[in-house]
Amino acid sequence: MSDTFQLDGATVPFEPGQTVMQAALAAGHYIPHLCYHPEFKPHGSCKLCTVKVNGRTTASCTMPAEANLNVESNIEEMNALRRTLVQMLFAEGNHFCPSCEKSGNCMLQALGYDLEVHATGFRHLYPDRPLDASHPDILLDFNRCILCELCVRASSEVDGKNVFALAGRGITKHLIVNAESGLLKDTNIALSDKAMQVCPVGVILPKRVGFSQPVGVRRYDQRPISAQALDDAPRQTDASGNCEACEGSS
Amino acid sequence: MSKKLRVATTSLAGCFGCHMSFLDIDERLLALLDLVEFDRSPINDIKHCGPCDIGIIEGGVCNAENVHVLHEFRRSCKILIAIGACAINGGLPAQRNHLDLSSCLTEVYLTEPGLAHGHIPNDPELPLPLDKVHPLHEVVKIDYFIPGCPPSGDAIWKFLTDLIAGKTPELGHGLIKYD
Repeated sequence: MSDTFQLDGATVPFEPGQTVMQAALAAGHYIPHLCYHPEFKPHGSCKLCTVKVNGRTTASCTMPAEANLNVESNIEEMNALRRTLVQMLFAEGNHFCPSCEKSGNCMLQALGYDLEVHATGFRHLYPDRPLDASHPDILLDFNRCILCELCVRASSEVDGKNVFALAGRGITKHLIVNAESGLLKDTNIALSDKAMQVCPVGVILPKRVGFSQPVGVRRYDQRPISAQALDDAPRQTDASGNCEACEGSS
Repeated sequence: MSKKLRVATTSLAGCFGCHMSFLDIDERLLALLDLVEFDRSPINDIKHCGPCDIGIIEGGVCNAENVHVLHEFRRSCKILIAIGACAINGGLPAQRNHLDLSSCLTEVYLTEPGLAHGHIPNDPELPLPLDKVHPLHEVVKIDYFIPGCPPSGDAIWKFLTDLIAGKTPELGHGLIKYD
């Protein structure tokens, strides 16, 4: 029998080596997140998944699960903190949803909806971030980057290409392309790469797609992100060793 | 029934899409009129805002007149609501914010052929544009925000009826949207 911890009053089993986030999702409990992706090593940068563990705040995606932890996630104190984080991400970049092709399929937007964020409340920075439209098939719109490093991780760990990286520090931190020219056309990125599929916002876009889905049928039009994230999460295998969720999502 | 709430609305740097969406509450407008009466609004063409309970403002702040009208609303209204993407984050007009204003005007009126007879409009009646487009909350205190481009008639109805009923307005899945 595996060990367990408490999450918002529910008993959650975990395997040795699992994080609080992994164990929670596997057991069907949603914890909001942006930079966490079940297929990649936890990054711990967006802090949306912050929970209280035995009274102290910590990122649940990097916190190793331990027996008898008391984890509080869906409480007003944590949700208020998450709301502020979402607001700061919106104020920091240029997130104009009405003119974004990713709108309706965007995790940042969907989290804002789920957390009932009505406005940023902060002074918008309106940074100047030119596009990279050099590649014949792929557009980079840096205005929407939230620095989650999912494309960086996907390109190096899965594609073996190292197309992306983060450069700079603090408020000047930004996504760069690993080419002498700095342009995407001088890399070997391909439409079929994993890095093309993982951007939670609208930075890495295939060209000539545009607004292909009408409002109402896009991913998060149908069900909130809190419901869908559980569908995508890798589940514990059943007695026969099958995991429907994993096979369905691949 | 107690005294009706007095409501004013206006559009600053917006497209009147939010006002059109407001009219999309359709026959519920009649139910709303049992609860509120309108002060300054494009619906009745009253030019200046008197003392009001609720002010609803569409559009961001892009010129000197917008600032003036926004201050008039803040002075006159107990509760100020920013409605729509432009009022909340500047929206489409704010996409000029990373550009220099004079280069925008030069591009539109001098470089491109056929507009304004080759000069930047300078009639004294034209309000001066601001160097940046601002969301309302950067200029005055805003009490509530209804997101959407535009918010649907249903979202506006839910928000206003919650507010008038004295509840914290909540939109929830399907009604809250940023596009």
